[in-house]
Amino acid sequence: MIETKDIHFTYRTGVEALKGVSLAIRDGEFVAIMGQNGAGKTTFVKHFNGLLKPTKGEVLIDGISTRAVSVAKLSRKVGFVFQNPDHQLFSETVEEEIAFALRNFGFEEAMVEKHVTWALNLLDLTEYRKASPFMLSGGERKRVALASVLAWDPDVIILDEPTIGQDHRQKEKLRQFIVQLNEQRKTVVVVTHDVEFVAECNPRVILMVDGEIVADGEAKKILTDATLTLSASIVPPQITQIFHNLADFGLPSDVIDIYEAKKILSDRLMEMRR
Amino acid sequence: MAVIETKALAYTYPGGNKPSLRDISLSIQKGEFVILTGPSGCGKTTLCRCFNGLIPHFYGGEMKGELTVAGLNVSEHPINEMAKRVGLVFQNPENQLFALSVEKDVAFGLENMGVPRDEIKKRVDWALQMVGIEDLRESAPHELSGGQQQRVAIAGVLAMQPEIMIFDEPTSFLDPLGAEKIFEVINDLNKKLAITVVLVEHRLDLASKYANHVIIIDEGKIALDGEPREIFNSENARLLGIGVPKAVRLWRLLKENGIALDGFPVNSEEATRFLLEVLKR
Amino acid sequence: MSVFEGFRFRRVTSPIHRLDPRIKFLYVLAMFVVTILFTEFLPLLVLFFLPVPFVFAAGVQREWLRSLRGALFLATIIFVFNFIFSYFYRVYTGAALLEYSISMSLRFIVLVESFSIFFLTTSPDHLSLALEQSHVPYEFTFAFTTAVRFVPVLAEEAQTIMDAQKARGLELERGNFLKRVRNYIPILIPLIVSAIRRSLELAEAMESRAWGASSKRTNLYTLQLKRSDFALITLSVLLLAVGLYLRYFVPIPTLGQFLPPLPF
Repeated sequence: MIETKDIHFTYRTGVEALKGVSLAIRDGEFVAIMGQNGAGKTTFVKHFNGLLKPTKGEVLIDGISTRAVSVAKLSRKVGFVFQNPDHQLFSETVEEEIAFALRNFGFEEAMVEKHVTWALNLLDLTEYRKASPFMLSGGERKRVALASVLAWDPDVIILDEPTIGQDHRQKEKLRQFIVQLNEQRKTVVVVTHDVEFVAECNPRVILMVDGEIVADGEAKKILTDATLTLSASIVPPQITQIFHNLADFGLPSDVIDIYEAKKILSDRLMEMRR
Repeated sequence: MAVIETKALAYTYPGGNKPSLRDISLSIQKGEFVILTGPSGCGKTTLCRCFNGLIPHFYGGEMKGELTVAGLNVSEHPINEMAKRVGLVFQNPENQLFALSVEKDVAFGLENMGVPRDEIKKRVDWALQMVGIEDLRESAPHELSGGQQQRVAIAGVLAMQPEIMIFDEPTSFLDPLGAEKIFEVINDLNKKLAITVVLVEHRLDLASKYANHVIIIDEGKIALDGEPREIFNSENARLLGIGVPKAVRLWRLLKENGIALDGFPVNSEEATRFLLEVLKR
Repeated sequence: MSVFEGFRFRRVTSPIHRLDPRIKFLYVLAMFVVTILFTEFLPLLVLFFLPVPFVFAAGVQREWLRSLRGALFLATIIFVFNFIFSYFYRVYTGAALLEYSISMSLRFIVLVESFSIFFLTTSPDHLSLALEQSHVPYEFTFAFTTAVRFVPVLAEEAQTIMDAQKARGLELERGNFLKRVRNYIPILIPLIVSAIRRSLELAEAMESRAWGASSKRTNLYTLQLKRSDFALITLSVLLLAVGLYLRYFVPIPTLGQFLPPLPF
């Protein structure tokens, strides 16, 4: 359970990044934190594992304030996958890389071995076990970074802009993977500006503008609200854009999913044929 | 008139065990807006580097086949000569800005070329204006947002007045709104200044509306090459795992459901228009 | 990472900032020469206060005082060393000893102060322009400018890397000295690899902007000497002249003349 109570955060340079943010995320939820670049999304989620402490207000992870516990201890529960895998890769082999966090957290060697094998398997990286992480392709390095966080089986997984630079197929695989994680009762928090990706997942959406939360609800409701998306400088999903212009014909305007769109249009057009 | 022409172009990076490009034959005409796309690792970035001479001159390796860009045989001309005719804008905005102010950065290419000062001033002013960033003239690069930095990079390349500009996934690090702004700038350069544009992109939903030529690369070979409408609607495009524009997918899904509509929209505006026509009847 | 904050540009311009860096450097050289002419307290004191109006004119008082405070530590060491050595090797005694030791540390402070003022009132781009026009090979100037340009970027990246590794359980504050040094490897390696990758991308971008196209590189800006620059040249020459004159033709009062006999 992640709870933030009216938190404010100002950087040392004087920039006020969070201006009173209150939020509760229950166990097992799938949340997308959205907003323009600079809205404060990454700053916000860095409070969840204690990397940043609020200048005002409190952040509680399972009832304990992040000020009372070290980042290492919080990370045991809240895993954070950073945007750029190259910011963490440093080991000689993929195996070592994945074992790093496990050893930091004090796992016994036998357990380390088990978890590494499990994580490699989970992300299809078994063949690269002894490979150097620097020799892998961009997509493979991203998977290694993800594997190294999943290896210690945190309850919460935060993904910071996981879709950047990914092609369509990679994004689809990622989407399926996230759904799978969520089905295993992990809490998943995705920070993203990729509307199409969110439209395909339909999670709970938290919309941020200028350091504040301006909307919190179902993706369907938020991404189809034209005034909201305009004020947050978000481009609505393509399907939504199409349906907005068809509102005069009695068609629903809160459509984000392409399959739902197909059904609605098929029904209407077949009806017209009769 | 073809500004880029390749015949059986093949390339292997030094120390590479398999070729990154094999048998690429394509032709790009003057004034076209080309979208180059394909799954990750297909060779599109490698191909871009061939167009301005970074391959073979900077990277070495083994290049076979013919490649003519702006009338020059690339393997016979140094990069600094190619750079006057074909500009390349890279993916990461941060790593293509060198100077401590925007103005000086945009002047960089011209200074390298030994252009006289008055001419540099004129061209810098012009480039800043074309790209819409005159108000950022005195700013330092690290004070700018990703989208602004990318526009500075574009201005810096534009100032050299190339006839061809290549953009290698320029919006990767930007949010959708920032991406749209960049595409608009690129489109302006193509439509107003008749600069031939080659844009490497995954975000086809946002970019496809500007293109009149699409080339899809897969595993170092050309998979599809033609007009956007026919390419996006082909079965192959879907099978290759390309992020085909949603409008196209919607039309296809309706067709599978027994509803065959007229027209082949490639973006949401066109889809809307076609649907409105149908619904009005 | 407050040491990097000094590199963040404040768009302060004052007439001092606008002076040609080459002339400012000439002034600093003049100060350097005159400063090492004297070992007496009085002239060094005058030299210390001489640039103060410049400091205020440039609006950099706070930063200047901060650099002085940093120099104070070393200045004290210089004082102590000179005092002890000169006492034990009987080079000086009494007031002369005191004066000598104070003057040595004061001399150090004056030198630091001069260089500090130079860097505080000269922005990196102005400096690189001066280097270019001084016929320093462009490769060096470019390396300098690029380095300065990327300092804030690298600082930020170092912070991100630290965050990423802390989020994997890395604890930088714990453990004995050896362990702590080892703990920095997961920070240094990604930083170095990233720097190398960055250099490669920069090189590609440079080549693509016609690097090396012409052996005669031109420049968007030029430095032209203004009236204020000539004024500074005059001041520097005057400073040198007066200094030399005082040194060789005028007896300089020493501290000994004002103090009672001292026990050492």
